[in-house]
Amino acid sequence: MRLIDLFRRAPPSAQVAKERLRIIVAQERSARGGGPDYLPLLRRELLAVVHKYVNVDPDAIHINLDRAEGHEVLELSVALPTRAAGPR
Amino acid sequence: MTEIIVVTSGKGGVGKTTTAASIACGIARRGKRVAVIDFDIGLRNLDLIMGCERRVVYDFVNVIHGDCTLKQALIRDKRLENLSVLAASQTRDKDALTAEGVQRVLDELAAEGFDYVLCDSPAGIEKGAHLAMYFADRAIVVVNPEVSSVRDSDRILGLLASKTLRAEKGNGGVREHLLLTRYSPRRVASGEMMSVGDVKEILGLDVVGVIPESTDVLSASNAGTPVILNDDSIVSHAYQDAVARLLGETLPLRFTEEPRKGIFARLFGS
Repeated sequence: MRLIDLFRRAPPSAQVAKERLRIIVAQERSARGGGPDYLPLLRRELLAVVHKYVNVDPDAIHINLDRAEGHEVLELSVALPTRAAGPR
Repeated sequence: MTEIIVVTSGKGGVGKTTTAASIACGIARRGKRVAVIDFDIGLRNLDLIMGCERRVVYDFVNVIHGDCTLKQALIRDKRLENLSVLAASQTRDKDALTAEGVQRVLDELAAEGFDYVLCDSPAGIEKGAHLAMYFADRAIVVVNPEVSSVRDSDRILGLLASKTLRAEKGNGGVREHLLLTRYSPRRVASGEMMSVGDVKEILGLDVVGVIPESTDVLSASNAGTPVILNDDSIVSHAYQDAVARLLGETLPLRFTEEPRKGIFARLFGS
């Protein structure tokens, strides 16, 4: 019995580390998540739409998702070319 | 085509520079043209690990500022002729690196015909770390099997997935690889250290290498000879395996089990 108690006393510390990390990593991922998944696709599709009307550079579109308490702000900016480059 | 690989971690002291130096040597040994760049502005160290500290005349920031040409700043390795080192600047100016400047240097390295450019990231998540990863095609995330290192590297994974050119352009993102360092199979076996499987599961990354804890790493840095060049060391073999996997080979992991006691362990274990 005493031998078994010795083994049961505490889980190995590596197991504790893994459990703690699993929780904190999941928490931090959900806090920052959302953005990276769909933003690139959103960016690409928006660029395609803008491109239908104006000949913009692929680098001219900037998308930024900011999180504040209780709400998110999606910021989008498109640098239009000068007149000379003009509408298509 | 030039492939840009960032060696990053978030946490300091986990073995980024050791890894960048050894991977760079390993790829160069296989006949590829490799440049390795120290992004740790203000705290130059890659030159020491590579053993070329006395040959640094111009650095990364000099090239960006146009004080010299890239060719003048690249230090050709004495052991491997197709390997070059670009040292970090010792300047205290935090804004010495710019995205445009870094891009110009990377473009020039590509034009020079380098097959691989390794970017040795500074610790932290500040500008230097950001610029080291920004243009990367792939990332080697160096992790110790220890809670703070794992957590910090997860932060880095978040940045790789959002604050890189590939992420912004939406063309598949940066390919991420996990490299575990200071791994002690004995402590894993006794339940004191997280295993490769544990870390892999938490971070959700494929493992490109597991580097065993060894005194050979310190001896190598003392001598200025990247540890991969010490063919007597299991650390060298572990890095050589990692290089092979990076280049697309499939190899089973080695040195992750405690060597069995007895004559075999004495012959093959260390």
